Amino acid sequence: METGMDILDEVVSRDYQYGFVSDIEQEITPKGLSEDIVRLISNKKNEPEWMLEWRLKAYRHWLTMREPKWSNVHYPAIDFNDISYYAAPKVKTDAPLSLDDIDPEIRKTFDKLGISLIEQQRLSGIAVDAVFDSVSVATTFKAKLAEKGIIFCSMSEAVREHPELVKKYIGSVVPVSDNFYSALNSAVFSDGSFCYIPKGVRCPMELSTYFRINAKDTGQFERTLIVADEGSYVSYLEGCTAPMRDENQLHAAVVEIVAHKDAEVKYSTVQNWYPGDKNGVGGIFNFVTKRGICIGDNSKISWTQVETGSAITWKYPSVILKGDNSIGEFYSVAVTNNYQQADTGTKMMHIGKNTKSRIVSKGISAGKSQNSYRGLVKINKTATNARNFSQCDSLLIGDKCGAHTFPYLEVSNSNSMVEHEATTSKIGEDILFYCNQRGIPTEEAIALIVNGYCKEVMNQLPMEFAVEAQRLLSVSLEGSVG
Amino acid sequence: MLSINNLQASVEGKEILKGINLIVNSGEIHAIMGPNGSGKSTLASVLAGRSEYEVTGGEVVFEGKDLLEMSPEERSHEGVFLAFQYPVEIPGVSTANFLKTALNEVRKHRGEDQLDAMDFLKLMKEKAKLMDIELSFLQRSLNEGFSGGEKKRNEIFQMAMLNPKLSILDETDSGLDIDALKIVSNGVNSLRSKDNATIVITHYQRLLDYIIPDFVHVLYKGRIVKSGGKELALELESRGYDWVKDEAGE
Repeated sequence: METGMDILDEVVSRDYQYGFVSDIEQEITPKGLSEDIVRLISNKKNEPEWMLEWRLKAYRHWLTMREPKWSNVHYPAIDFNDISYYAAPKVKTDAPLSLDDIDPEIRKTFDKLGISLIEQQRLSGIAVDAVFDSVSVATTFKAKLAEKGIIFCSMSEAVREHPELVKKYIGSVVPVSDNFYSALNSAVFSDGSFCYIPKGVRCPMELSTYFRINAKDTGQFERTLIVADEGSYVSYLEGCTAPMRDENQLHAAVVEIVAHKDAEVKYSTVQNWYPGDKNGVGGIFNFVTKRGICIGDNSKISWTQVETGSAITWKYPSVILKGDNSIGEFYSVAVTNNYQQADTGTKMMHIGKNTKSRIVSKGISAGKSQNSYRGLVKINKTATNARNFSQCDSLLIGDKCGAHTFPYLEVSNSNSMVEHEATTSKIGEDILFYCNQRGIPTEEAIALIVNGYCKEVMNQLPMEFAVEAQRLLSVSLEGSVG
Repeated sequence: MLSINNLQASVEGKEILKGINLIVNSGEIHAIMGPNGSGKSTLASVLAGRSEYEVTGGEVVFEGKDLLEMSPEERSHEGVFLAFQYPVEIPGVSTANFLKTALNEVRKHRGEDQLDAMDFLKLMKEKAKLMDIELSFLQRSLNEGFSGGEKKRNEIFQMAMLNPKLSILDETDSGLDIDALKIVSNGVNSLRSKDNATIVITHYQRLLDYIIPDFVHVLYKGRIVKSGGKELALELESRGYDWVKDEAGE
């Protein structure tokens, strides 16, 4: 356990610690988006014809769409033609990369981020897929997982090696036309992780993807697809960082989860994209569509997210509860400081009988930031005896920030039960002085209160992730008062 | 232990303390009384280092060190404790967790190791018994949903846990019924030793029936206008404050 003083020392001694840039020879497509660029990306990845057609269809549909404006965030217009849609480290050989062939610079980058790509050096409990800008550079423990029939690889590889699975599931949870950013992602997605857990298999280790943006003026559009077949279980982690730059960079990802009968998927995110500087310059625009479907009876999908990074976060990990008795959960801590803006929450769509959902959202606003919770609980007529419990809490640090809650409830039958609880609290001068008087310095007092406040969500995270997330919270709230 | 010389302080430009002089030695209990608005709570806040109060003159020496130079947490580490008139509620942080953090901060300051969980629990049980507090109570969020009396009792419990050199009790008796008053006073008395000192700020003499002061001072319009032994409190009780005001030249 880290002591309070360790955390404080770290807080004082650094800002965003992942802001470095790696000097790596890269291949970057020209800026701008067109059918040619879509073809180029597909070609780079040696994709089959059906995948290209799927992308082109998405691109053409995207052209007809408009950027959504309903969220409670404000930012200058994005010029979609001023972004490079593909950036990849230059590959020196044509042969498929083994873990030993990784460019030492890239390996160093991930080492610096605390993600070792050398299997022997890793905790044996986690397999990692490392995505660097637009491509997956390494996936660890593939062979060990394959023994159990588990497929864990980059999306590009899955398209080539497991086309029948990709074809069946891609776009089945988040259709191409779902929203502006999902359509854009479908057209230009570069890489991401694919994971398939066969019937009755309990995945023996945590699977994780680590996303790193490195190149300048590029966007990252990754796509992740997780399929848990009947009676299987998997816990999946996602982490992300980016260099500090003055320009905003776009990250528009799509994550789809399919849980078959009796399957359970736990998806945890610690999102730490570069948030911009203290004056709100730079930072990642994080526009993400994450959705899971409990397609079979008694299945369960649980989202846990700790959102501390990004200049703007627009993200609503959702669950479609189609199977009878299926369960959807959403646990979230969203922190905004300085000029960060977050509009995040979830959608729980109850379709099957006796479906249950639970939402625990903890928003923390500091500095001059704005933090919104937006959530929908929709109970269809068919979802008899559905249950939902929502808890949406806001914590304000200082008096220049804002917290907003937009809960939507749509209940179409009379035998379901929906509960919503909300609280707002504030860490003001009075509380801080009280803590100071008892010998607890301000930063430490904030960490103490914030950790107490987030406990319920943090408890959902896998152990090693929880420690990291807790430390991250203190760093994110550095200088949030006075 | 504590020496206050010609202390002047203002809040929002308004002068409240107009030259306080007070010396407190180890082992002593001083009571500070006075009518509303005389500056009693301001004195407590200034000694604890609350930032809204601006010290405009004078000095305060605590154990040979310049108290006014220290941050509030440093004052706490040095052994200054303020029992708040209006204790705050801290949601999500249990009293136990809060005190463990506070105790460890003090120990860190003294270069001591962190208190291990068993020792902490032992200490907490002992002090909870003294204050007649159920252990389950200490697992609840600090002061959240506590009654006025419970909050005050919790303040003295914290004082017992932190074992300060100088305790300042700011109107700890307000809002207490007679039973709670006895428990609180009993706690304060049992913590009394030749090595520590207490300043009791109160409006009423009632508390002083239980916590017997060595000295009583009357604060009026930002100055100590009269000092005496414990009999002064009784005199104030029977005669009110008017005669002190008259003597002060009003």
